[in-house]
Amino acid sequence: MIINHPLLGPRDSQEFTYLGDAALIDRPDWQAEDAVDQFHDYLYLRDNPAGIHRELWFHETGDRSWLVVTRDTTTHEITSVELARDVARARGRSK
Amino acid sequence: MSDLIPLTALGGTSPRVDTFQGLEISECPEWALASIAARSGRATDMASAAQAFLGVALPDVARTAEKAPFSVFWMGPEQWMIEAPHDSHEDLATQIKAALGDTASVTEQTDGWVRFDLTGERCHDVLERLCNADSRSMPPGSATRTQLEHLGCFLIRRPQDSHFSVLGPRSSAGSLHHALETAAKSAI
Amino acid sequence: MTQVNRLGGGQIDTGRTLSFRFDGKTFQGHPGDTLASALLANGVRLMGRSFKYHRPRGVLTAGSEEPNALVELRTGARQEPNTRATTAELFDGLQAASQNRFPSLKFDALAINDRFSNFLTAGFYYKTFMWPAAFWEKLYEPIIRKAAGLGSLSLQDDPDEYDKGFLHCDLLIIGAGPSGLAAALTAGRSGARVILADEDFAFGGRLNAETFSIGDADATDWVARTLAELQSMPNVRCMIRTTVIGAFDHGIYGAVERVSDHLPEPMPGKPRQILWRLYAKRTLLCAGAIERPIAFENNDRPGIMLAAAMRSYANRWAVTAAQKVAVFTNNDDGHRTAVDLIAKGVKVAAVIDPRPDAPRLADCELLAGAQVIDTQGRLGLKFIKVKLGDGSERTIECGALGVSGGWNPNVHMTCHQRGRPVWNADIAAFVPGKDGPAGLSVAGAAAGDFSTHSALRTGAAQAASALDGIGLSASPADMPEAEDAPVNLQPFWYVKHGKGRAWLDQQNDVTVKDVKLAHQENFRSVEHLKRYTTLGMATDQGKTSNMGGLAIMAELAGKSIPEVGTTIFRPPYTPVSMGVLGGRSRGMHFHPVRETPSHTWATEQGAVFVETGNWLRAQWFPKPGETHWRETVDREVRAVRSSVGVCDVTTLGKIDVQGTDAAPFLNRVYANAFAKLAVGKTRYGLMLREDGIAMDDGTTARLAEDHFVMTTTTANAVGVYRHLEFVRQCLCPDMDVQLISTTEAWAQYAVAGPNSRKLLQKIVDPEFDISNENFEFMACREITVCGGLRARLFRISFSGELAYEIAVPTRYGDALIRRLMSAGQEFDVVPYGTEALGVMRIEKGHAAGNELNGTTTALNLGMGRMVSKKKDSIGSTLSEREGLNQPDALALVGFKPKDNSAQVTSGGHLMSMGTPVDASHNQGYVTSACYSPILESSIGIGFLKDGSNRMGESLRLVSPLTDSEVEVEVVSAHFVDPEGDRLRV
Repeated sequence: MIINHPLLGPRDSQEFTYLGDAALIDRPDWQAEDAVDQFHDYLYLRDNPAGIHRELWFHETGDRSWLVVTRDTTTHEITSVELARDVARARGRSK
Repeated sequence: MSDLIPLTALGGTSPRVDTFQGLEISECPEWALASIAARSGRATDMASAAQAFLGVALPDVARTAEKAPFSVFWMGPEQWMIEAPHDSHEDLATQIKAALGDTASVTEQTDGWVRFDLTGERCHDVLERLCNADSRSMPPGSATRTQLEHLGCFLIRRPQDSHFSVLGPRSSAGSLHHALETAAKSAI
Repeated sequence: MTQVNRLGGGQIDTGRTLSFRFDGKTFQGHPGDTLASALLANGVRLMGRSFKYHRPRGVLTAGSEEPNALVELRTGARQEPNTRATTAELFDGLQAASQNRFPSLKFDALAINDRFSNFLTAGFYYKTFMWPAAFWEKLYEPIIRKAAGLGSLSLQDDPDEYDKGFLHCDLLIIGAGPSGLAAALTAGRSGARVILADEDFAFGGRLNAETFSIGDADATDWVARTLAELQSMPNVRCMIRTTVIGAFDHGIYGAVERVSDHLPEPMPGKPRQILWRLYAKRTLLCAGAIERPIAFENNDRPGIMLAAAMRSYANRWAVTAAQKVAVFTNNDDGHRTAVDLIAKGVKVAAVIDPRPDAPRLADCELLAGAQVIDTQGRLGLKFIKVKLGDGSERTIECGALGVSGGWNPNVHMTCHQRGRPVWNADIAAFVPGKDGPAGLSVAGAAAGDFSTHSALRTGAAQAASALDGIGLSASPADMPEAEDAPVNLQPFWYVKHGKGRAWLDQQNDVTVKDVKLAHQENFRSVEHLKRYTTLGMATDQGKTSNMGGLAIMAELAGKSIPEVGTTIFRPPYTPVSMGVLGGRSRGMHFHPVRETPSHTWATEQGAVFVETGNWLRAQWFPKPGETHWRETVDREVRAVRSSVGVCDVTTLGKIDVQGTDAAPFLNRVYANAFAKLAVGKTRYGLMLREDGIAMDDGTTARLAEDHFVMTTTTANAVGVYRHLEFVRQCLCPDMDVQLISTTEAWAQYAVAGPNSRKLLQKIVDPEFDISNENFEFMACREITVCGGLRARLFRISFSGELAYEIAVPTRYGDALIRRLMSAGQEFDVVPYGTEALGVMRIEKGHAAGNELNGTTTALNLGMGRMVSKKKDSIGSTLSEREGLNQPDALALVGFKPKDNSAQVTSGGHLMSMGTPVDASHNQGYVTSACYSPILESSIGIGFLKDGSNRMGESLRLVSPLTDSEVEVEVVSAHFVDPEGDRLRV
C-alpha cells in the first residue's frame, strides 16, 4: 500500500508500523469515578469494521510521525491521512 | 585532548574506500553530528537562532541546506540534523546548545551513525537495488529516511549532482557496507 | 541426428551452433532457440510424462503458459525441476532431463496408471483414502507422496545470488508486443518515465511469431526500429526477461528479472534473478492473448500443439514439429498456421474446420464441417481420425497437429485484486472487467482487440489516456497500417464423438469426463470444479485449460458461460523461485548484524558470541585451559565479586528525553515517580503497558532539569521508543518534550566489583571526584576521561556489586576497553560476558526479560508499591483490576534445591508436596536459573502463588518436558547482599 504522508507525500506502507484503531487517542480520564471500566472499554472494546476504518500508523523508518490513516479495510482505499498529533489536539488532548 | 585512538565504524583507523566503474563508496568518519528539535512553541525562535549560528536558514521538509562548515538536513517535524567537520567541531552539540539555548533540545549524534558517500554517475543504479527511495527524482539538496538492508537510514542527495550520502546505524556498519558493496557489484 | 526439422529463416543465429544434452543424448541448436524449439528441430516431440497417468507428452505451447514440457534443467546444485522447456533459453552445454518417468521417458513403468484411468478419476483420492483413518499417516500418504510430484530438487544449497530492487515510473507497460510498443513510443516521446517489461527474451510479442507487415516494412523490422528509438530515450527503461508477477495495492507491482537464467552460470558478482518492486502511477496491461485448445479424444499426443505455437516455432524459430502436419481450427486465425507452414515448405495434409462454411485460406485441402475425433501414435502423433461433414470418417497421416479454439485475452493481472472478467460474445472470450486494479488499463489483445492494427492504436491511445490521468500530456504516436483481420470464429470447445478421454488440462490430467463427473456429483460451482478435479492448478494455473472446463460445465448445467462464472487469477503470473523472494537476505546476511564497540577487541580475546536480537554480544571469554563454559563463567563471576570486571552494555537502548515537560512525560510513561528525581541522579523505572502488565524497565538519569537519558532493555529498545512517541504525539501533544534514540552514539561499559572505583579513578580525569561521598550510589555526571574525552558516568549496578557504567562516544569504545584492561591489570580485571551478567543478576534477584515476560504485573515482580497512585501513568489504572490483585497473586521469589547437587531448571513448574502434577495444582514456575559460584549451588528465581508468605516451604519443581523433578526450598530472590550494602561503599 501507499500512504500519502501529509508532509512527505506518497510512502510505501513497508516503512510504517501498524498499531490499530485511532480510538486509542481517546484515552480516558484516570480520575473518573469509573476509570477502571472506562479504561477497560478503551483498551479491549474495538470496532472491527469491514469498510472505513481510522487507524494509527507509525512512520518507523521515516520521520517518526504517528499518522491517522482512514482506510477501507475491504478495498485498501485510503481516503485521508493526518498527523496524529493534529488529530489528538483536535480531540482535546493536551498534556 | 585525550590519547584514546578512535576507530571508524568499520573498525579501521582510516576510512574504507571502494571503487567501482563509475562509483566510489567511501566511509566518512570525519563528520560530527547533532540533532536539534524545537521546544514547544519555540520553532520560530529556534529557526532564527539556528540561522544566526549556521549562516543559513533551516531547510524545509525533506530538504538540506549548506553553508560551510555546516550542512543541515530535515529529519522530522521541527527536527533537523546538523553536520560539521569532526576535527573542528567535535563538540558540535555543545556549541549548538550554547547558540540555541532553551529554544531547542540538542543531542549529540556523531557516533550514532555511519556515513557512506556514494559518488559517480552510477549512484542511482546501485541505490535502486537497495531502497525504495526514488533517488533519480530526488532534487539535489534533499534528504529522506528510508529502509536499506532492513535498516532505517537517511539518504541525502548533496547539492553536487552525483553525490549521495547514506547514514545508517553505526553498529550495523558492516552489514550496511556489505549491502552497498554487493549491490554495486551486482548493478555495475 | 542433425536438426531434421529445422526450416529456413527465423530469429535464430544459425551462424553459431550450440550443443546441449537432453536425457543424456547430445543435440545441436542455435542462439535464439528455446530448449523446446531446439528439441523439435532435432525431431524430439516426446518431452515428458504426465502427472497422473504418465502419458507421453510434448509441447502444447511456445510460451510461459506451457502445461506439459516441464523438465529438470541443469545438474548439480543448480538442478531446477519443473522448468518449462518453452521458455528455457538454449545455451551451450545446457543439460536437461525429462521428469516423472521410470526407468526412461520412452518406457515408463507407472504408465500402468493409464490403464486404470477409470479408477483414477476426479475425486479419486477423496473417495478412496477416506478410511480407516489410521491408515492415512502410515500408509496412504507416503505412497501418494512417492507417486506425486514431477521433478526433483538437488537437495544442495543454491550456489547463486539473488537481488532485489525498487523502480519508479509514471507508466508501467506490461508486455512489449504491438500494443506495448505503441504505448511505450507514445509515453516515451511525451517525456514520461516509462518501464516496458516483457517476460520473453525478445521484444515484439506475437509480431516475432507472425509474418505480418507494419506499414511497408516487415513487423520484425518495425519492432527493431521501435526498440532502437525506445532504447535511445533516457526516460524509458526496457526490461527484457522480466515477468511482472503481480498487481498489488496502490500501483505497486512485483516483477522478476531473469538476469542470468540464459547463461550456464551467472557472471561473477551478478545475480541469477532480481525481484523488482515497481511503483507505477499508471499501468497499461499489454499482455496479449493466449490461444485455447479444442478437446477431443487422445488430443494429448506429442506433436499435437496449439496452432499459434506451431506457427511460432516455424516463423520465429524456423522449426516444425514434423514434416507433414495438419490444422484443426474453429476460426480463421488458425488457418494462418497452414498458410505460414506451407510458405516454409512444410506439407500441410489438411485444415479441419468444424464450421460448414469455413473459408479456404490456405493452399491445401480444407475439410469444412469436419472434426478430429481421435489420434494414434504411442510416443508421438502418427495419424488423426477425422469425421467429415457427411458423417464419414477418414484417417490422415501427420506428425503434428495445430489446434485452435480461439483466443483468450490474458486477463490475469486484472484479477489480482478480485477483479472479475466479463464475457464478450463477439470473440467468445472473457475480457477484463472494469473492476481491475486502480490505475491499470488494458490495451491490445489483452483487451480483446486482436488485430495488429487495433493493438497498435489502442496501445497508443490508452498510453496517452493513462498519462492524461496523472496530468501528463501525450499524443498517441502515429501508427502505420497493419494487419486488421476481423475475429471470425464459431465457439467450439470439445468434440462430442467417442467414449475415450479428451484432455482439458494436460498438466493435471483432467479430462472432459472428469468435468462431467464433477457435475454429476454436484461440484458445479467453478471453485468446486477446480478443487474437485484439480483443473487449472499447478504451474500453468489453467492458462490454456480453464476456459474449456468452464464451457463444458456451462453446457452441462444448461447455462451460458458468463452465468457459470470464472475462476480468477492470483499472483504470481508464472512460478517464482524461492531464492529470488529471499534476495540478498540469506545465510549470515539474513538480517543485519549489530556489533558492539568492543567487538574487535572481544574477538581478539577469543570471546564466544551470542545473538541477542540483531546484536552480537560476548557471552563469555574463555581462557586457555578452560574446558567448559561453566568454568569460564564461574571464574568471571568470582572475579567481579572479588575485584573488578568489565562488560559491554552498549546494547541497552538509550533514549534522549529533553524539554521543559520531560519530567512530567517520564511520570506519564513510568509507573513510578520521576518528577522529583534530582539532577545528577539516576532512578530505576518500571514501564507498564496500558493493561497493567510490565512492558520494560531500566534506569533513567537526569543530566539537567530538562534533560534525561533513559535506558531500555536491549530487546525492547525499538518498541519502547515507538511507545514513547505514541504517548508524546497521540496522548500528550502539547507536552514540551523531544525524543531521540542515542543507543549507538555511546559505547557504554559496566565496570563492576569492589575495585571498580579504584579502576575508574585511574582513567577519569582528576578534576572529577568520584569518591563514595561525592559520587554516591545512583549518581550520574558528565565527565571527561583519559585526558579530556567527554564521557558520562553512572553509578548503577546490575550485578549487585559496587559498580558504574561509563559511556564515551562510540568511536573511542575500542580504545576505552583496551585502556580499562591495561589500567585494571593491577586489580586482575576481567572482561565478562552476558552469561556472567545473567548469573550475577539472578544471584541479586534482578528481574530481566524472563521475568518481564508479557504476563507479569508490578505486583508479581514485587514492585506493586512502586506504582504511584498519585499521578496518571500508563497502565496504573488497569493494574488495579481485581483479577490482577488476588491475595494469592504470583510473587517473585528465589529457589534453592534441597540437595545442593541437584539442578534448578528454568521453565519448570512448581507443585506443592504430595499433590498431583497437573495444571490445576500448579503453584508457579521458575523463570531464570543458573549455577551460582558464590553459593556453590544451582539457584533460580521465579513466580510463586503468594510467594512472599511461603519462605522456607518445600516444593516440587517438575519439568514434564525433561521428565525431571527436584525438591526446592522457597527463599528470597536476593541471594547475594540482600540489604544492598555492597552498592553503597
